[in-house]
Amino acid sequence: MPSTYDDLKRRALAEAQVAGLSGKPVITVGMGICGVSAGAREVYAALQDELKKQGVDAVLHPVGCVGFCYAEALVDITRPGQPRISYKNITPERVPELVRDVVKGANLRSDLALGAWGASPSPAIPNIHDFPAWKHQVRIATRNCGVVDPDNTLDYIARGGYGALNKALFDMKPDQVIDEVIKSNLRGRGGAAFPTGQKWKFLAGSPGPVKYILCNGEEGDAGAFNDKALLESDPNTVLEGIILAGYATRATKGYIFIRCEHWLPIQRARNAIRQAYELGILGKNILGSEFSFDAAVVQTGESYVSGEETALMEAIEGRRAMPRPRPPFPAAVGLWGKPSNINNVKTYSYVPEIVAKGGAWYASIGTERSKGTGLVCLSGDIVKPGLYELPFGLPLPTVINDIGGGAPGGKKVKFLQTGGPLGGFLPASLMEKTPMDFDAMNATGAMFGSGGIIVGSEDACVVDVVQVLTEFNADESCGKCFPCRLGTNHINQIMRRIREGKGRPNDMQTALDLAPGLAASLCAHGQLATNPIRTAYQYFKDEIEAHVKDRRCPAGRCAALRPQGAGTLAGAGNAR
Amino acid sequence: MATALADIITALKKTPEVTVLSALIDIQEQLHYLPPESIPAVAELTGVSVNDVYTVATFYTHFRFSPPGEHVIEACWGPSCHLRGASEVMAAAEKAVGATFDSDTPDGKFTLRKLSCAGACGHGPVVVLDHKMRGNAGPADVTAFVEQARKSGDSHH
Repeated sequence: MPSTYDDLKRRALAEAQVAGLSGKPVITVGMGICGVSAGAREVYAALQDELKKQGVDAVLHPVGCVGFCYAEALVDITRPGQPRISYKNITPERVPELVRDVVKGANLRSDLALGAWGASPSPAIPNIHDFPAWKHQVRIATRNCGVVDPDNTLDYIARGGYGALNKALFDMKPDQVIDEVIKSNLRGRGGAAFPTGQKWKFLAGSPGPVKYILCNGEEGDAGAFNDKALLESDPNTVLEGIILAGYATRATKGYIFIRCEHWLPIQRARNAIRQAYELGILGKNILGSEFSFDAAVVQTGESYVSGEETALMEAIEGRRAMPRPRPPFPAAVGLWGKPSNINNVKTYSYVPEIVAKGGAWYASIGTERSKGTGLVCLSGDIVKPGLYELPFGLPLPTVINDIGGGAPGGKKVKFLQTGGPLGGFLPASLMEKTPMDFDAMNATGAMFGSGGIIVGSEDACVVDVVQVLTEFNADESCGKCFPCRLGTNHINQIMRRIREGKGRPNDMQTALDLAPGLAASLCAHGQLATNPIRTAYQYFKDEIEAHVKDRRCPAGRCAALRPQGAGTLAGAGNAR
Repeated sequence: MATALADIITALKKTPEVTVLSALIDIQEQLHYLPPESIPAVAELTGVSVNDVYTVATFYTHFRFSPPGEHVIEACWGPSCHLRGASEVMAAAEKAVGATFDSDTPDGKFTLRKLSCAGACGHGPVVVLDHKMRGNAGPADVTAFVEQARKSGDSHH
């Protein structure tokens, strides 16, 4: 007899130490891959030792990433009856005093605190809710990130998780779920921004009995880490979205597709799936309903193009990740020839809240054609790199300057590189006039894409950065379509030449003239390959021409064009 | 067939939905490379030709056909890390071990590998030293790692 949702909820609330109901102090450590790279594992181990050594009875568990990359490693401490306080840039050396003073004693150590989550118990500790980096956020997909235990599904349930699934299974027909998603105007977050509800309708109309829901977590874009962050921080929200998509389209199995080297999202997604089977949330007769659905993680090898929807199916089937011609579209002929729906991790992550609160609620956030929120990853020359869930329509200067803190050292922001390696460059002057919006950003030639925004300061050289992108695009062309295989390499040879001070007068035009040929490629990798150089040339023509005509790099970044005897770059590496 | 590989193949026979790619990923995860005898073994396991297996093994860039060095230095060269000084970090690593990226030192001591994104872009430059990720890395971090690795002499595998 499978458990009902109410059974699970009761059990979750009884067992959920993590949700803070035990009356003990709760200590959490941000252990997304970002936290791990800042030493969170060592901090966690030190906390385990120290709690034992000092004889403190407290609940200690990992969480994912709240999004404040700049404050990692982040330790949160909640004492009974008090708001949670985040402590920033914690190292193992700091742990003994943190346990002694904050957990055991009554000294809140404002010197180590990032802030409190609510009215502060001490004037020296600011309220995080007032931070620009927090107050502009609307947390829907990331509502649990950094607070839920990603390895404990009961903790997710204690916070209301799988409630939307329960509601759909017992109170809604599959078509009603699709209707809510259509009403929400949710657009795909993988880059193409296609309306999600419409895509689901295609699959719902395809004949069964076997149909697949594919969740694309390949995320090879440098500068975008939101898929990995969601899977690492709250895999159950992703899984609930996938199961809801399965119910809505009458599909039978879901696959979460992740690159084999991204071990942490793989581990956490697998763990969530295993626990979901144990709790009756996956498998036969989910939560006692008539609906049955399976799910599994499938790994891909290192290949950027395997994030393309048809190449992804080739990879799941075990072959080279090369795109298939469309039509037929995946909703008709997909994985193993069966009808399939493919969405990005982020897209599925919105679905539980849309089902719980209704499509109209979601559509009330954002702009006319870009509804809801975008998961923005800020990196590069920026004071507060991180992952921020922001409503569409927010002016980009708010995103970059208020939330991200602008470029380090009081430098001016020069450009934003958005939309991944096939995206574009947006100059600071245009950024001033552009809101965060799919269509407004597309109109500039840059694009919102999957949400990565890489900031270049006045110290950055456009040629230097664009050549990193063209090199990546040439390396990652899968080779199937010759315009892409040859074109991406030709563009890169030209950009490399220009970066090395060997550019020829017509080089940029030659590279840009490849666009119509590249458009004949099967997928966006070739079709969009001239985007970075086109936007770079449109907005930074003088700088590029200085490299070609004057053999000069105005920013002083391109090594081959540096004056003889000049040393390495000021401000590079650790100095930042 | 070496025992280790034979054991992996035996386990794969019991795993549902094995494909050429999933089998190769499993083998490399456990052995850190694809030994020559793994290719025909996967062909037999999945019922395809040896050629069909090679075509997959040579496509995905993380597969390697020889054992990696005792110590592996991976560095992200993506635009976020690049803007924050990745090329200086990579130059320091190349100088310290005496090899270029995406190659091994002849003595089998070090492997240098470029990563296109490790997923911690907010912490660039990112390096992965013997599978341990480290953010905000500087040239001194990799130099110190190489010195330490030379001293200790132990393989991390």
